[in-house]
Amino acid sequence: MSESKLDLLTAASKAEIDQWVAKYPADKKQSATMPALRIVQDQNEGYLTQDLMDAIAEYLGIPAISVYEVATFYSMYEHKPVGKHKICVCTNVSCMLRGSDEIVAHLKKKINVNGWREVSADGRFSLKEVECLGACAGAPMMQIGREYHENLTPEKIDKILESLD
Amino acid sequence: MVSIEIDGKQIKANDGAMVIEAADDAGISIPRFCYHKKLSVAANCRMCLVHVEKARKPLPACATPVTEGMKIFTRTPLALQAQKGVMEFLLINHPLDCPICDQGGECELQDVAMGYGSGLSRYCEGKRVVEDKNLGPLIATEMTRCIHCTRCVRFGEEIAGIKELGATGRGEHMKIGTYVEKTVDSELSGNVIDLCPVGALTSKPFRYRARAWEMRQADSIAPHDCVGSNIHIHTKGREVLRVVPRDNEAVNETWISDRDRFSYEGIHSADRVEKPRIKESGRWTEVSWEHALAFVGDKLKALPADKLGFVAGPSCTSEEYYLFQKLARALGTDNIDYRLRQLDISDQAQVAISQTLGQTIEEFEQNNAFLLVGSNLRKDQPILGHRLRKAGLRGASVSLINSMDHEFRFPVANKLLGGAGDLIRNLAGVTKELLAQNASYKRSKDLSDVLSGIEANDTHRSIAKALSSANKATVILGNQANYHPQSSTIRALAAAICELSGAKLSIVTDGGNSVGAQLMGVLPHRGPGGKKLSKTGLSFNEMLTTSIKGLVVMGAELDADTLTGSSALETAKHAEIVVSITPFSSAAIEKYAHVMLPVGTFAETSGTYINTEGRWQSFEGAVQPYAESRPAWKVLRVLGNVMKLDGFDYFSTEEVMDEIKEHVGHVELNNLFEWEAPAVTGLNGSNGLEMIGDVPIYSVDAIVRRAAALQGTTDAVSSCVYLNSNAASKQGLMDSDTVSVVHQSGSISMTVKLDNRVPDGCIFLPSGASTTDSLGAPFGSVKLDKLAGSINDQGAIGAANV
Ligand code: SF4
Ligand code: FES
Ligand code: FES
Repeated sequence: MSESKLDLLTAASKAEIDQWVAKYPADKKQSATMPALRIVQDQNEGYLTQDLMDAIAEYLGIPAISVYEVATFYSMYEHKPVGKHKICVCTNVSCMLRGSDEIVAHLKKKINVNGWREVSADGRFSLKEVECLGACAGAPMMQIGREYHENLTPEKIDKILESLD
Repeated sequence: MVSIEIDGKQIKANDGAMVIEAADDAGISIPRFCYHKKLSVAANCRMCLVHVEKARKPLPACATPVTEGMKIFTRTPLALQAQKGVMEFLLINHPLDCPICDQGGECELQDVAMGYGSGLSRYCEGKRVVEDKNLGPLIATEMTRCIHCTRCVRFGEEIAGIKELGATGRGEHMKIGTYVEKTVDSELSGNVIDLCPVGALTSKPFRYRARAWEMRQADSIAPHDCVGSNIHIHTKGREVLRVVPRDNEAVNETWISDRDRFSYEGIHSADRVEKPRIKESGRWTEVSWEHALAFVGDKLKALPADKLGFVAGPSCTSEEYYLFQKLARALGTDNIDYRLRQLDISDQAQVAISQTLGQTIEEFEQNNAFLLVGSNLRKDQPILGHRLRKAGLRGASVSLINSMDHEFRFPVANKLLGGAGDLIRNLAGVTKELLAQNASYKRSKDLSDVLSGIEANDTHRSIAKALSSANKATVILGNQANYHPQSSTIRALAAAICELSGAKLSIVTDGGNSVGAQLMGVLPHRGPGGKKLSKTGLSFNEMLTTSIKGLVVMGAELDADTLTGSSALETAKHAEIVVSITPFSSAAIEKYAHVMLPVGTFAETSGTYINTEGRWQSFEGAVQPYAESRPAWKVLRVLGNVMKLDGFDYFSTEEVMDEIKEHVGHVELNNLFEWEAPAVTGLNGSNGLEMIGDVPIYSVDAIVRRAAALQGTTDAVSSCVYLNSNAASKQGLMDSDTVSVVHQSGSISMTVKLDNRVPDGCIFLPSGASTTDSLGAPFGSVKLDKLAGSINDQGAIGAANV
């Protein structure tokens, strides 16, 4: 038996997870893994740690590996620190054809990072490559927080970034 | 039943069966990787694609249920093309390193690629590489070879009951592993080696030892528990290189325990005795067989018969047992016993002729209610543990009356823990409740007297109800119940519970052939076939308190295979001659024995084991006995000849078996017996600490104790004194403190380990290691004195890491 990690979850997170758990049959708590991961990721400035995943497993009463499986499968879960604004740029076919390469190059210059998953020196931004987000009609596109930004150009990007705190 | 057609062949298939099952039954081969008959269907490898009439696309045979009139084709161009395509994709990232892969020659990927793939690959991009995992001392990994069939993942979840392996990442980045480096911790873990269709998971001890085609395969029976799992022994020259399971649905299905799989390492331990040895004035010298046997014969014949003692461990073959008791009786003594770990045998005259599961293993699984008493079934008899788990998952109600809070990996209905006295009190509580429901019970009177001081509580009531309301119920007495200092009371109460509730009584025993030992008459009061003897000889326990002058020990180490090591050694010390019929020597044997007669292990002899369901399983030797050792049955036979005893002229174990069959017939699977009203008193343990002993999974016999890889696992319990954190703080102790354990006949100093499975007021001390032999029987009150110099006194804090 290893030490309990439950204390790593805030009371607010636990309460929110409970709401999700309540939606599923009592013996199917595992179903709440995805929302729990999101809740705990938000609690921890946008990324997960192994301890936090263990805590979720303990809270839901499921094997830790089952949480790791989900957390590493979906790309919206982060395993390293991210910037305050996580910029997700689509580089899939439609966006690529519509110039996502330049968008990426511009973003890198703008926030001064060399590659994917890097955080800018001031901690405000990080850059992430994502697959098609279903906004092909507005390609090239990126997602910041919960917002989609479409038909991007370097100028438009500058404006968007300036508008963020 | 539905009628279907596969490749033009008319087949009847069960409703709801998958196409692949129907094809397997009909002997039509469909390639597969992820499908396994004992695991859930994942349908993720797509290797089993077949052509189904009227379906637009090829369908996976493992996930397509049969329907009436379905027509399936496994070899049409559509099917073949699909299979070829899947094969090509599967090989894209596979390293194709067959020449340095242990699986080469017995690899499903190789076979299927040969049969269904194309000879060329069009892929010329870089392949991915996956780092290896450390899964502990039993399983070697080469994860780049993994094809993500997830059989190992499903095995963990569905069979072992603990999900430690998983698939992390996705697509190109998917990896199978533990994410956090961690030993796979299950008594059945080795089965993933067989399940893995490629060389990603292979046997660590067997690594790089031989190719499949270089080895010979012998059918055999595993000797470490009363299940008698069917195994194949793979050998090269005179060496056993590995053990793998042999399918037998009725016994071990397709699984074997890690103990049965990896114990073979002990066969080739450095402790093997090469030639007979005799100790003269304290020095051991090697002698010829003639000399050794003549020496033993002379010595034994010179002693009065009532001063002789014959003791055997619980894992010898039936033929060995038969000849052993024949020898003893020909010399005129009934001082013979195999019950080296049973403290209470006062009901020996009444109990069943052979104590068994009381039903077949398959029937056992079908029970709806179980009461497990004094048993760590999962570790003691892992295959039965698996059957019990299957029943538990199916919804059977399983209750436990145990000392340690062993983990069972399925929902447990009721759990009562406590020391030796509590165990009896709880059993008595259940009995009392059943009695209250059933006043007309023929033995009410006997029981109500002895149970007058007992109160049934809610848990007792709930257990009683579960047992009597189930249409099939079983009360299981486990190894620890048999070791218990009042085990006759346990047997009587359990028998009463069964009579009252209609449940069956199962008595599972330690060793690989204790049923054989009983039926062959390795007992002081019964001959072969359970024949009652006119006079009763000395039991093992009685031999320890009598002066025995000549002691013959077969297949046992007196220090580690008994519960009362110190008195056994003391008895041996006072004997004029101690003969050890043994494959191994040890410091203890060198000290207590005067003659060592080296014999082969289970892999080096032919013989018969009788398992807990009364199944007679004969096997041949897989290899020649080591060096000049001989099969024990031959040694006994020649010893009989040397001593000019009648009836010792056998040419083979079959001849011995023929003679056995004249005495022993069908094994009755019923443990109920004419019990005598037990004394349910003296249960209020001391106010201090109580010791509870048990034999850990990898300490059970001489072979297992010498199997290096098993000894490196987390289940290999180290010789420490275990207590829960509550009890520890009461005693002012911390993890890793050194204490002096003071008990009955002696005291030893040991390290403290915190383990919250130990109940309050108890300490657990693993038996079966020579370090604890000086303490006497591992039950009763005990004292712990903290010794100065504990590391916690020097400022280092021992982590509570159990
Ligand atoms: S390690 Fe073997 S059994 Fe496990 S997923 Fe990979 S190929 Fe399958
Ligand atoms: S390809 Fe970028 S949103 Fe679909
Ligand atoms: S065996 Fe059918 S998909 Fe793998």
